Amino acid sequence: MAILPPGVSAESFASAVREFQDAIGREWVFTSDDDLYSYRDHFSYIKDQPNELIPSAAVGPDTTEQVQAIVRTANKYKIPLYAISTGKNFAYGGPSPNVRGSVTVDLKRMNRILVCDDKRHFALVEPGVSYIDLYRHIQANKLNVWVDTPDPGWGSLIGNAMDHGIGYTMGYYRDHFGAHTGMEVVLPNGEVMRTGMGAMPASQSWQEYRHGYGPDPCGLFGQGNFGIVTKMGFRLMPAPEHWRNGLVTVPKRQDLIPLIEAVNYLCDLSMCGEPWYGSPLMPLMGNTEFREAALGFNESAMDAQAASAGLHSWQVELQFYGSERTTLANWEYAQELVARKVPGARFTNGESLKTPLTREQIANTTGPYPTNMRRNITQGVPGLGIWYMTGRTERNPNAWNETHIGLFSLIARSGEGVLKAQKDFADVARRLEMPSLFPNALQTPVNWYQFAFLMGNGFGLGGGDTSPAGKLKATAKLREVLQENAKLGYGDYRAPPILQDDVADQYSFNDFVLRRFTEQLKDAVDPNGIISPGRAGVWPAPFRSMRGGMRS
Amino acid sequence: MSGNGTRLVLAALAVGAWAACASAQDAAQGKAKFDHTCAPCHGAGVGDDGRAMLPGTDALRIKYQGALPALLEQRTDLNAEAIRTFVRRGTWSMPPFRPTEVTERDIQDIAAYLRQSSGAARNGR
Repeated sequence: MAILPPGVSAESFASAVREFQDAIGREWVFTSDDDLYSYRDHFSYIKDQPNELIPSAAVGPDTTEQVQAIVRTANKYKIPLYAISTGKNFAYGGPSPNVRGSVTVDLKRMNRILVCDDKRHFALVEPGVSYIDLYRHIQANKLNVWVDTPDPGWGSLIGNAMDHGIGYTMGYYRDHFGAHTGMEVVLPNGEVMRTGMGAMPASQSWQEYRHGYGPDPCGLFGQGNFGIVTKMGFRLMPAPEHWRNGLVTVPKRQDLIPLIEAVNYLCDLSMCGEPWYGSPLMPLMGNTEFREAALGFNESAMDAQAASAGLHSWQVELQFYGSERTTLANWEYAQELVARKVPGARFTNGESLKTPLTREQIANTTGPYPTNMRRNITQGVPGLGIWYMTGRTERNPNAWNETHIGLFSLIARSGEGVLKAQKDFADVARRLEMPSLFPNALQTPVNWYQFAFLMGNGFGLGGGDTSPAGKLKATAKLREVLQENAKLGYGDYRAPPILQDDVADQYSFNDFVLRRFTEQLKDAVDPNGIISPGRAGVWPAPFRSMRGGMRS
Repeated sequence: MSGNGTRLVLAALAVGAWAACASAQDAAQGKAKFDHTCAPCHGAGVGDDGRAMLPGTDALRIKYQGALPALLEQRTDLNAEAIRTFVRRGTWSMPPFRPTEVTERDIQDIAAYLRQSSGAARNGR
């Protein structure tokens, strides 16, 4: 199934492949179907369809200089490139490019941890370094810093940050792009640029002041296509000495408003780590009367039934990092603050543990209360335990989750915002006849980004129809969801390539001026449009006619 | 003649020792690669959220229902060819691994390690 980059002849492509081979070695240029199979999105909704996003070749450079050579050759032959780090961005397209026939620049071999400083609290790494790699390096060298890891730890620090990924410890570190400390980039013309203090050749503080002087272009490289990042620094959390958690519950639906106000206050004073919201009323969804009240958003009926069942409406698990005394003081203050704002709030002490936790402590699920908090990620211990969610389990022994796509919308970070979004999402699901996976009236946001709430769009797609036609139908439905969400003011933060134009379309203020501005820049710095055309809906002039092509 | 024969025997011994040494080295490298890349899903130990096993190990336990070991390190049927198929093509929720992540040499080394580890498991070590 040999395919070519769009608009490139077989002869030109063969010449380009020879130049790639000369630059990085024959063994690291992949063109066979067998080798390229692993560069496809394992969870693709359009697998084996004529428009599946498959590369024409893949190249595995080992150095920045080799990346430069690849970019120069791509310019010469006008071949689109698509850079991946560890290629694990599953639910968001995995390693697959935006344009079928691109050459994938696989940066996995560039896997050096260049600096990991546990006194100044940063690391400088190459794209092939995974969270697991950095964690093991820290352990092996007994360094006094933590990694803030996403759920599966096989991803790249750089790749995850580039797609605005998140983690689970203190607010500053959870925003992985926000916690970067400067980068080295191969530009579309093949030059190497360093940002921030890295632009000063003799600087001693590249990873300490990322702004440098003058305009900072770093934002263009996150979910962007302005270059290939070959080094990037990250701020690391100093290892705390102690961790403590506690549960807060509040009785009534409207109590969510003052609860979130209080927790926002604590978070924004950096007094707690990621809060985990939930509803203790989930078990009542099996009760017909309560279920009807919840589906109809009948708040007084829900409150009455919650009271008669002796249950509270909302909960938040708080966690604190620091010393034994500071974590206790912060937990006590959290209780005082919430009690002041919410009559009837209840508080349950969780665990109070010296860090690092032992393996047994991390695995322990018998705390003082049933917890939703996943212990390993709150402790900065990367792994793949979460992958059970996609695979064969006792409850799901004969199928796997092959329609695994992540869609999370930004909603207002307030109780009012959550209660409104619950109704809005339920309305969209009803209008589009998509059964929601969650009871909407009990759905709570995730506070991955300290200063923002995201809420998932969880749908049972096509009644579980995983046939090719069923997947296409489900994709069309997801596009409608994104359009409806945009009308209501909910924008998504991340998407796989097949939906990136649809998400980009949500951001349409002033006749898409943001996109027009970005594309003007793109055309100026990448006239051949070779770096990841179409990424996040940014299409360079030579490929602009392909915008929206995945919808057909 | 006898001298030649001695040399041949010595040469054979040397080759055998080299092969054993290379095999041990392959297995050691295979273990390092297995620990790095395979064990986070297919290793021993507990999984997340109170689960008794890691996801890959648990999935194979459910699949084989005791007919084959759930732990890859106890399997005697995984030669390099079988490993290559699973690594390069993926299966169920396990995605394929690219040649930059797991090289052909890595596959051979992992096969050497699984031969060693499954033998040790069989012998109760």
